[in-house]
Amino acid sequence: MNGATAVRRSGAGDYLPAAVGLATVVVAFLIAELLIQLGVISRFIVPPPSEIIGSFYRIVTEERIGTRFLVTAGECLAAGVMITVFGIAGGVLMHRIKLLQQAIETWVAALAAAPVVLAYPLFMVIFGRNALTIIMIGFVAALPPVILKTIEGMAGTRKVLVNVGKSFNLTETQQFWKIMFPAALPTIFVGVRLGLIFALINIVGVEFLINYGGLGQLIEDLAERYDLAGTYAAICFVILVSVLFFMVLERIERWLRPVD
Amino acid sequence: MAETGRLTRVAENAALVGPVTLLRVAIILGVLATWEFLAHSGWLYRDVVPSLLSIGRALIGLLSSPRYWANLGVTAAEIGAALAIGGISALIVGIVLGSNRFLAKAFEQYLYYLGPTPKIIFFPVMIMWFGVGPESKVALGTLSCFFPVALSVAAGMRQIDKVLIRVGKSFRANTLQMVWKIYLPAMRHPIINGVRLGLGVALIGTLLAETKLSNKGIGFLIINAYSTFDMPRMYANLIALFVLAIGANALIGRLGGLQTIRR
Repeated sequence: MNGATAVRRSGAGDYLPAAVGLATVVVAFLIAELLIQLGVISRFIVPPPSEIIGSFYRIVTEERIGTRFLVTAGECLAAGVMITVFGIAGGVLMHRIKLLQQAIETWVAALAAAPVVLAYPLFMVIFGRNALTIIMIGFVAALPPVILKTIEGMAGTRKVLVNVGKSFNLTETQQFWKIMFPAALPTIFVGVRLGLIFALINIVGVEFLINYGGLGQLIEDLAERYDLAGTYAAICFVILVSVLFFMVLERIERWLRPVD
Repeated sequence: MAETGRLTRVAENAALVGPVTLLRVAIILGVLATWEFLAHSGWLYRDVVPSLLSIGRALIGLLSSPRYWANLGVTAAEIGAALAIGGISALIVGIVLGSNRFLAKAFEQYLYYLGPTPKIIFFPVMIMWFGVGPESKVALGTLSCFFPVALSVAAGMRQIDKVLIRVGKSFRANTLQMVWKIYLPAMRHPIINGVRLGLGVALIGTLLAETKLSNKGIGFLIINAYSTFDMPRMYANLIALFVLAIGANALIGRLGGLQTIRR
């Protein structure tokens, strides 16, 4: 959170820290390059950064990284749609039926802390070694934050807004769609954002572990062929994609947040 | 005193059989009944949903075998080492970033954006660097838990009451004394929270690495049960692991007194 505020605050006046940060990264890479070229670090353990950058072209043309990216993105999208639909529905249901909320909200919170991805052999037994397994793990691992944040958003609707609805004699359905849901939307999206991040992490991880699907499998594949530069390049690509993904989600979240 | 004691006890008794508890029991019974029905229905492949009895038997067998505890010890040691290495280095980085605005602006965003990336994909690299033994699992766990702890500590540093820092300065405390006597006690809450997050991801990182490539540890037991298609044993392993993981998470929260710290 605070990282975000630190990033957000960086306005026109302080290019210097950002420049120092970037320069440090560049210098670190240069030193690594030098040490590897001098043979201090074996190039069979860490390939020189220049070679990694060079192999980017290769993994794009030969390893069809674009197609693999689309496969992983599709899995994330499927899991994302599922957590949004089921998470919000579940959260609204639990907010409506107080008894249900009291009974299982702590269970949902416990599930959020549980290492769901470790049950991936179980998912493979149930769904087989295919895309469905990957999507279902992403779904189960990412569902709790959406449910919890939906409940939080619904419960946090300002009393004034609810009273405005009442004074207009809105029906239950109108009250929900015109007042409660729009008011809760920013908080719900926080849950969806967290859920999507969990889904992405789990989906790429499971692809790697069961050697099936998109980007995760590519890394496993390259590592097994001992294509070191390719492996490092593929890892960099995945990190880059996930960082861009968070940045976009953060943008959307900021855009949804009410200005008051 | 006696009166209030009795009153709370009565209230507790009332809550014990209240509608919430009833609903919980009903849900649990419903799930178990559905499970048992599925196990005997023959609709799914045999043993995909084993009967509760066989899972229970496997669980008892698991917990009474010394082999399980030996493997649990290996995994616990790996996670402990990961948490120690990652946690302490994260603490130092967090304190440095939290106390220096310039460095925070220069570097914290890298930590912030690298934090939630999938760490397991670094496993091939970790094998290359540290070998196929427990060291590579520790390395992956360390990598996983570094980011949440560092970010949590850096955030905690900035929330320290300025008065406390001024008190330390007016006593002319040196850096070490400042860290030990002012910073650490003042931010125990975010540190414990960070350790809790760190423990969760270190556990996931270590165990996933074990399922990928190892010959000991809980992750190995799970994947071994899977590859020999011993489903009751796999379920038993997963149940024991989930109970341990959720329990450890709750325990750290309780030890840190997260509920009692209120300002």
